Amino acid sequence: MVTSVTSFSRNGVSDWLVQRFSAILLGAYFIGLFGYLVCGAGVDYAAWHALMTSVPMKIINTLVILAIAAHAWVGLWTVTTDYLTRMTFGGAATGVRLAAQALLVLLLAGYVLWGLWMIWGA
Amino acid sequence: MATVNDKRPVNLDLTTIKFPVTALASITHRITGVAIFLALPILLWMLDRSLASPESFAQLKDLLATPIAKLVVWAMLAALIFHLVAGIKHLIMDLGIGESLEGGRRGATLVFIISVVLILLAGVWVW
Repeated sequence: MVTSVTSFSRNGVSDWLVQRFSAILLGAYFIGLFGYLVCGAGVDYAAWHALMTSVPMKIINTLVILAIAAHAWVGLWTVTTDYLTRMTFGGAATGVRLAAQALLVLLLAGYVLWGLWMIWGA
Repeated sequence: MATVNDKRPVNLDLTTIKFPVTALASITHRITGVAIFLALPILLWMLDRSLASPESFAQLKDLLATPIAKLVVWAMLAALIFHLVAGIKHLIMDLGIGESLEGGRRGATLVFIISVVLILLAGVWVW
């Protein structure tokens, strides 16, 4: 079995499953959110604020921000391992790839904290 | 030890490969995924402004009424729509549907057609 220390779960099949579960959650969420915005033409602050600060939506938004981070990591890991290689960066490839992946992890962690702060802090 | 196999020509230079429709769907799925990742701070910022106060909500609404903001929103929606449609195609293929060469080509073509229609509709909604 091929494993990689930088992949999400060090296991491709598990990464595959994480990508599917998060995709179903995110797909359903954005279709629902978009439907709400399209149908509720002219959503005002009171209605929007009441919806997003309700406990069910806080829980859903928490799951969504975590799903975004997991989904983005599996996807960006795949992209970085495919294109930041010896073919594109020669001998520096491993360093370039690890630096890029470290930056992506930091950004995603920041987005998760920012999201959680918005959902639960305000 | 070097063998004759080491001399086999390998061409993985993406700039010289002719892309069939399945490859175009695949690379567009990747590009839109990266684009959505780059849009995340904008989306989070918009969510923050929409919830912070009635004033910030009104300011965001005014900003989103400007032509440039509408273009940015449409571009983000376009990336989201293609990524979503291509993702749904992946889930359908995971169920064992459309896995043949011909099925793969049909699926990829359908992804482009459905995405273009939805992206145009999203444009109508934004403007």
